[in-house]
Amino acid sequence: MSYFSDIYNGVKSLLTGMSVTGKYFLHSRKGAITQQYPDNRATLKMFERFRGEVVMPHDENNEHRCTGCQKCELACPNGSIEIIWDRQIDPETGKKKKMIDKHIYHLGMCTMCSLCIEACPTDAIKWAQNFENSVYDRTYLTRVLNKPGSKLMPGVED
Amino acid sequence: MKITEIIHDWLFSLMPETTASIVEMALIAVIYLAIFAVAGLYLVLLERRVAAWFQLRLGPNRVGYQGLLQTMADALKLVSKELTGTIKADKFLYNLAPYFVIVCALMAISIFPFTQEFQAFDINIGIFFLIAISSIGVIGILLAGWSSNNKFALIGAMRSGVQTISYELSVGLSLLTMVLITGSLQLSEIVEVQKHGWLIVQGHIPAMIAFCIYMIAGTAETNRAPFDLVEAESELGAGFHTEYSGMKFAYFFLAEFINMFIIASIATTIFFGAYLSPFGITESIPLLGVFWFLAKTLVLIFLMMWFRWTFPRLRIDQLLVLEWKYLLPLNLMNLILMALMVLLGLTIQF
Repeated sequence: MSYFSDIYNGVKSLLTGMSVTGKYFLHSRKGAITQQYPDNRATLKMFERFRGEVVMPHDENNEHRCTGCQKCELACPNGSIEIIWDRQIDPETGKKKKMIDKHIYHLGMCTMCSLCIEACPTDAIKWAQNFENSVYDRTYLTRVLNKPGSKLMPGVED
Repeated sequence: MKITEIIHDWLFSLMPETTASIVEMALIAVIYLAIFAVAGLYLVLLERRVAAWFQLRLGPNRVGYQGLLQTMADALKLVSKELTGTIKADKFLYNLAPYFVIVCALMAISIFPFTQEFQAFDINIGIFFLIAISSIGVIGILLAGWSSNNKFALIGAMRSGVQTISYELSVGLSLLTMVLITGSLQLSEIVEVQKHGWLIVQGHIPAMIAFCIYMIAGTAETNRAPFDLVEAESELGAGFHTEYSGMKFAYFFLAEFINMFIIASIATTIFFGAYLSPFGITESIPLLGVFWFLAKTLVLIFLMMWFRWTFPRLRIDQLLVLEWKYLLPLNLMNLILMALMVLLGLTIQF
């Protein structure tokens, strides 16, 4: 008599499903995944893996870790990164050395593929967690990542 | 109730008898329309909030306190929208269909006993009337699908026909099972019988089986998920109301929710003692009957929402297998069981 056992199993599986959603219903107050965005703007933090935009962290002495090797520029599939560099005299050793003038990043062209960050040998660039990236003029989307007057952190090239 | 008597007397003192009774009917119709609209709007809101809670979201909570005015805003938006239609549509039927659906729903709502006195139309074939009305509603859907001149709408409407014809049997038979205990189709008398214990208690095992079958078939009757083949967003666009926009779409949408309310109200009246309070705790205050009626109905509506947000949609062959292979034979067996029980006096009465 598989007829009645079919009914029994059917009802049982339906009740199992309903108990799962029932638990969700009871926990929805605490466990809601919705972010009430403009209200919690001050406290809202994006998760670790979120790719907002590429930034170049600087330390307190206005020093970054970019050597100007251009690996990120080569890795970028759609030319979002442009590095303007020249050879300058290193004040410590007195020798001529490749240094970045401007690390230009076009956020408007970036597809957030993360290839530049994987390519960087010195971890000079990384993802930021900000997400409010809209601007009124697209020229604002072209960003210079190294701050004016910044220089290479000593010891990165060793 | 006192107030209605006062209004009744005042109207009859003011006008000749025929005019007065017509005015009175119109007044009652307006009151029911208002209840209808408000209930529909708030059921939509409830559905959205409950759906959100089932999916660990919050749902609409911005317009008014906890989103209470959300559906009002939606209705306003829909009123202000353009009514579009296809060129080759059958204009007369196309425009008639939404009203057909909504009038059927409104007619069904008029016979529920919300309290002892608050019942617009205590007809002696109550349950029969309800079943008849709820199957007429499908004609509106068929009209809408056919006259839209759209293949998706037509497929949706035809599925609706298949579904309603099949599940109408189960709804009818499960209610008939309960009528065996009450011995009457009149809703007020059914409630009277339940003063000795709600029918689901009186009829115990067969009543519970009948209730389960009724809820399944009732969900199918209202074309709600998991039986929403009629609308099946993923395959048919919006099903029978694909070509409707603005307020005409809103009529279908409201009617769907009112139908859910009707199915839950029938279950409340037949199985759970309508306006009677549990164990007669508030029997001295008859006005609280409205509260008990609505509370029971809301619990059942919640159950239907729970179904909707848990179960995936059935395929059309599964739908028919469920009805013809399982629900209908079980229902017939259940009917015989109940008849034997009533014959042998095995019902529980207080």
